Amino acid sequence: MTGRKPPGVFAAAATILRKDLRLELRTLETLTATLIFTTSTFVVFHFALSRDQLDGDLAAGVFWVTILFASALTINRLLANERSQGGYEALLLSPIDRNALLVAKVGFLFLALTVLEIFAFAAYTLLLLGPGLSTEMLALIPVCLLANLGLATIGTIVSALATDSNARELLVPLMTLPLFTPLLIAAAEATTPLLAIEPNVVDLGQWLGMMALYDAVFVLLASAIFEYIVED
Amino acid sequence: MSEAAIKAEGLTRHYGERVALEDVSFELPAGSTLAVFGANGAGKTTLLRVLCTLLRPHDGGLQVLGHDLPREAHAVRGRIGLLGHDPLVYRDLTARENLSFTARLYGEPKQQIAQTVDAMLERVELDGRADEPVRNFSKGMLQRLAAARALLPEPELLLLDEPRANLDPGAALVLDPFIGPAADRTRVIVTHDVEYGLAQADLVLGLNLGRAEWFAPAAEVTSDQVRRLYK
Repeated sequence: MTGRKPPGVFAAAATILRKDLRLELRTLETLTATLIFTTSTFVVFHFALSRDQLDGDLAAGVFWVTILFASALTINRLLANERSQGGYEALLLSPIDRNALLVAKVGFLFLALTVLEIFAFAAYTLLLLGPGLSTEMLALIPVCLLANLGLATIGTIVSALATDSNARELLVPLMTLPLFTPLLIAAAEATTPLLAIEPNVVDLGQWLGMMALYDAVFVLLASAIFEYIVED
Repeated sequence: MSEAAIKAEGLTRHYGERVALEDVSFELPAGSTLAVFGANGAGKTTLLRVLCTLLRPHDGGLQVLGHDLPREAHAVRGRIGLLGHDPLVYRDLTARENLSFTARLYGEPKQQIAQTVDAMLERVELDGRADEPVRNFSKGMLQRLAAARALLPEPELLLLDEPRANLDPGAALVLDPFIGPAADRTRVIVTHDVEYGLAQADLVLGLNLGRAEWFAPAAEVTSDQVRRLYK
C-alpha cells in the first residue's frame, strides 16, 4: 500500500464503529437480547407489583433499573464480541491510537442504549406507564442522552477490564452497578416529575448538571487510562 | 552487516509465576530470516507476541525496527505483520469487508482501497469467494485470508507462526511468493517443520523451556541438533 498515513482518532473510531454496526445489523445479537430482556422485565414488574399502571418515582425507578440491567447485557459482550469474532488482536496490532477503540465502543454502546430506550419507552407506555404521552416528556431526551453517555463510558472501561477474565459475566455487573448508581439516582430523580400523573419539568437542571459532571469525570478518566487497560 | 531489525538482550517474560521466556538474546539483521525451533511450551509463540507488541517484556532490552519496546511500541505497530494460529479476521464479515477494514485502519487512501483489496484477494486466490462471510471458509482459505490481512499493509517485519499449517500443497505454493524468501522482508518463522525452517532461515534460535539453547547461522545447525530440542 502506498501513500499511507494512519487515520486520526476519530477517523479510526468511525471505521471501527461502522464495522461494529455492520456486524450488529448482520447478527442482531445485542439488539435482540436487550429488547427481549426489557419487555420481559416490564412484564415481570407488572405482575410483581400487582399494578396495571405506574407513575412518578415508581415509574422512573422501574424504567431506569430495567435500562441499567439491559445495558449490563450489552457491556458484557462489548469487547468480548470483538474477541469472539476474531479481530481484536488485529486491532491492537494496527497503527491507530488506542483511544480510537474507546471512542468507537462508547459510540456503539451509546447508540445501542438509545435504540433500546426508544423501544423500551414505547413498550413501557403500552404495558405499564400511567400518564399519557405529553410534551413535557420530551425533556426525557436530554436525560437519556446524558445517562447514555455515562453508561457507555463506564461500560466500555469495565468491558475492557473484564474482557480477558473467565469470570467476565460476574465481574461486569459487580463493577458496573456501584459505578452506575449515582447516574441512576440522578436519572431517576430527573425522570420522576416527567412521569407524574400531571407531568412537569422541575429541578431538571440540577440533575442534568450532576449527570454531565459525572459523565465528564469518566470521559476524562477513560481517555487517560484506556490505553493502559487494553495493553497487556 | 546491515542494521539490526531485531535486537533482544536478556529478554524475559512471565505468565504469573511461570517463566515463558528467560534471558533470551539474539540479533537479526534487516532483510534476514530467523527460524525459531522448540518443543511445545518452549516460548516460541510468546516470543512472537512480545516482538509484535501484543505482550510486554518483563525484563531485558528489546529493539524492533530501531525502536525500544515497549516504550516506543506505537512507532512499530503497523510495520509488523503477524500470521499466527488465529486468522485475526471477523467471521461475520466477508473476506472483502475484512481486508477493506484493515486497509482503512492502516491509512490506505480511500480511492485506492477497492483496488488494493481486489488485487490482494486475487493474489491469494480468494477473489471467487470475496463476498462470502468468513465463517463459511475452510481452514486453508482462512489461512490465505489471514496472510492477505497480514501482508496488505506491506509490513517490514513478518512474524510467521506455523505459516503453512492448514494449507494444502497448492495453497502453500500460492502463499510462498508472499511469505517465502522472495517476499524480501525480515522474517521470523516459528515452525516444527525442521527441514522447511532450516531451508528458509539465515539464523536459527533453539528454545527450551523459555531459554535460548543456541543461536547460530542456519548453515552451522544440523537437523539432528534441532530435533534434540524435541526430546
